[in-house]
Amino acid sequence: MSTRLIYFAWVRERIGKPEEDVELPDGIETVADLLRWLKSRGEEYEHALQYPDVIRVAINQEHVEHREKISGAREIALFPPMTGG
Amino acid sequence: MPAAVVPVVRIQAGDFDVAGEIARLTGSRADIGAVVTFSGLCRDEAGRLSALELEHYPGMAEAEIARIAGEATERWPLQGLTVIHRHGKVRPGENIVLVVAASAHRQAAFEAANFLMDYLKSRAPFWKKEHHGDGSEGGWVEAKESDDKAASRWKAPPQE
Repeated sequence: MSTRLIYFAWVRERIGKPEEDVELPDGIETVADLLRWLKSRGEEYEHALQYPDVIRVAINQEHVEHREKISGAREIALFPPMTGG
Repeated sequence: MPAAVVPVVRIQAGDFDVAGEIARLTGSRADIGAVVTFSGLCRDEAGRLSALELEHYPGMAEAEIARIAGEATERWPLQGLTVIHRHGKVRPGENIVLVVAASAHRQAAFEAANFLMDYLKSRAPFWKKEHHGDGSEGGWVEAKESDDKAASRWKAPPQE
């Protein structure tokens, strides 16, 4: 099952695309696992996810912590801390 | 206890009419004693900025603001609540965000509007990018730690 990844703001700019569908390899169970795996996919990902602690994540459009399990996620969004309002 | 109000939440590119939004909440009823509005505007930062560009996460922006607004209606006895947030390019002097909270007495409306803005800042999926007056593209606005702190003060239930 493929998972849609969506990127915003400087995460989107650094990765160089707004979204993509990926097949997650076995063993990727949590958000933290996903960030670690993505970071190894190339220079642009390394640049975007250099400091994984600052990356905010939403699964199916709800905020989650990095320890959250991602099984069953249709849509996972990665973005910097928000600056609305 | 009367049913909690259903907040009006709008995410839009265009401007909004503050007076019109107040009238929408207060018109045709006589039980509202207090209306608090907060408008957030784009600053020019002493001439440095020509615009802010607001990126948002369509779908989640509406859902997250509706969640925050719903929490406000559970926490305070509100008679009306409207939250509007713009996206896209906004120029200095223009509106970015509006909160209108209506209640019988002022305290609930003041606190609910304050709560809404604190949570919008740290949880609503919007990101501001600066555009400079000289035509060059600026950077992304950095989140402030003070905004996170402002939101966290609402975590404890209000003390008597």
